[in-house]
Amino acid sequence: MARRFFAVPYALVVGIALVVVVLPLVLPSGFYLRVAALVYINAIAVIGLNLLMGYAGQVSLGHAGFFGIGAYAVSLGPAVLKLPVWLSLIAGALLSGVMAFAVGRPILRLRGYYLAVATLGLGLLIWMFFNNASDLTGGPNGMQVPRLVLFGWRATSPSTWYWISGATLVLGIWIALNLINSPTGRAFRAIHDSETASRVLGIDIARYKSLVFVLSAVYAAIAGSYFSLFDGFVTPDTCGFIRSIEFVVMAVLGGLGSILGSIVGAGILVVLPQALTVFQEYEEIVLGLIMIVFMIFLPAGVVPSVIARLRWRPA
Amino acid sequence: MSEFLQFAFSGLTVGAIYALIALGFTLIYNTSQVINFAQGEFVMLSGMTTAFAAAVGIPLPLAAVLGIFVTVIFGVMLHRLAIEPARGASPVTLIIITIGASILMRGVAAIVFDKNFHSFASPLGDAPIKVAGAAILPQSLLILAGATIIVAALWLFLNRTLAGKAMLATAANPIAAGLVGIDTSRMIGMSFMLSAAIGAVGGILATPITLTNYAMGTSLALKGFVAAMVGGMGSPIGAVVGGLMLGLFEQFGAGYVSSQYKDAIAVIILLLVLFAIPNGLFGKAGIERV
Repeated sequence: MARRFFAVPYALVVGIALVVVVLPLVLPSGFYLRVAALVYINAIAVIGLNLLMGYAGQVSLGHAGFFGIGAYAVSLGPAVLKLPVWLSLIAGALLSGVMAFAVGRPILRLRGYYLAVATLGLGLLIWMFFNNASDLTGGPNGMQVPRLVLFGWRATSPSTWYWISGATLVLGIWIALNLINSPTGRAFRAIHDSETASRVLGIDIARYKSLVFVLSAVYAAIAGSYFSLFDGFVTPDTCGFIRSIEFVVMAVLGGLGSILGSIVGAGILVVLPQALTVFQEYEEIVLGLIMIVFMIFLPAGVVPSVIARLRWRPA
Repeated sequence: MSEFLQFAFSGLTVGAIYALIALGFTLIYNTSQVINFAQGEFVMLSGMTTAFAAAVGIPLPLAAVLGIFVTVIFGVMLHRLAIEPARGASPVTLIIITIGASILMRGVAAIVFDKNFHSFASPLGDAPIKVAGAAILPQSLLILAGATIIVAALWLFLNRTLAGKAMLATAANPIAAGLVGIDTSRMIGMSFMLSAAIGAVGGILATPITLTNYAMGTSLALKGFVAAMVGGMGSPIGAVVGGLMLGLFEQFGAGYVSSQYKDAIAVIILLLVLFAIPNGLFGKAGIERV
């Protein structure tokens, strides 16, 4: 039992939990806590996307759409339906999951780049809705998001959000790792390797694809809700095409098929632009160069490439 | 009727530009299996270069040649410095590289040029031509003529010249092409040059109507990608048909249903096409090897 608990996957959960606990002691100011919270929030969405892309091998260029459903749920829920914020958050995650379930079957029949373009279209449709429904969402100008109130306690400061997002990230990692190491996770990887072979083995491909799509949509929606609650404001840019691309870049840069990779990828893409504000004008050039250089020299992503190199070294 | 004609004409004009971008995607995809998301940046780069060159007094034909030249150089650099070194990487890794290149080129354009919108006057003037009650900009005719010439020239190149046939062979089977002595890496490089040149011509043709700006590449790449997929990735005819269809859907959607939701209408129709024909209109059915 103890042995199983300290097996590699759980070491990652404990390790990240330790980082989350220790980081505030090391970081010098609230600004850094804000950045760390943003890393955690993005990492939650990217872990979900990684389950879909890295483990089940299905591309999505529209995950910002689910992120947007979560982000707008916590502003529209209280404003239109007079729901409490926490209930809106859950409702947003559920709605996102139901939507993924409804469109999952037809969309996931497509393969490779055709799946990419269909998910891209889905993401665009969601973005267009939030952008055009001005009387509901304020259109391109965006709308205010109320503060989260839990048991009469208002979550406003960066440090509060640091702890909420950090705890959720650890929980998200634990759920993802459990799933990956279950028969369901093995089915995902089988589908990734060969759909035909999996079907021969009796795996219900449509069901598993739909399951992982729904799960990744829920991860994205929760991250989206946190993102807009943390910011206090939401605009359609929250769920635009660029953000979908950002999620994919985070997942690939960190390493597909590696949960730690998703966190590292989110870390690189969130921290880098903050660090690059020194260069201001050259931010895009440096960001583009870094993406190219990383992918040329570490094509499998940062974490898997580093691990492979460490293993390769003769003991 | 005049309304219908108006929408059809503006749809074909926009669609011709989408078709050129989709053709660029197709050429590079066929030789290298790379989806080049920097394709929209080629359009932006040539539009910006030509507009700036024209603004300092360089005659328009010379400015256009300069625009194409600069863009082709970027296309070659993209292949040499970013795609070639990552040979053998997975498709998704290569896509991230092209997205990185697209961000990089946008950043370079924002610094070398600026972040404003630019244009230059159409050589045919701005007076609309009246056809059965519909007003057509002379530049639209230039766009349609230009796109037709490019498609015809590309067909002749691929089917009537040795280099074109070598490129087709590389697309059909890189290993076999290599065995008969074709330098496949050079063919991939050539497909990047051709794609850049086609995108560049598209940018120069479109700029007098659409204007150009350092950030316009992303949405153009998006439209071109969608057009290429609907036509069936890898099929040049599909790219042209997909581009024209997308342009027409957008304009008729905007005209008859809602201009606010014109892009949504186009996207929904495209999704329906994909659901009905999972490999696009002219795409080959994929065979999965176990």
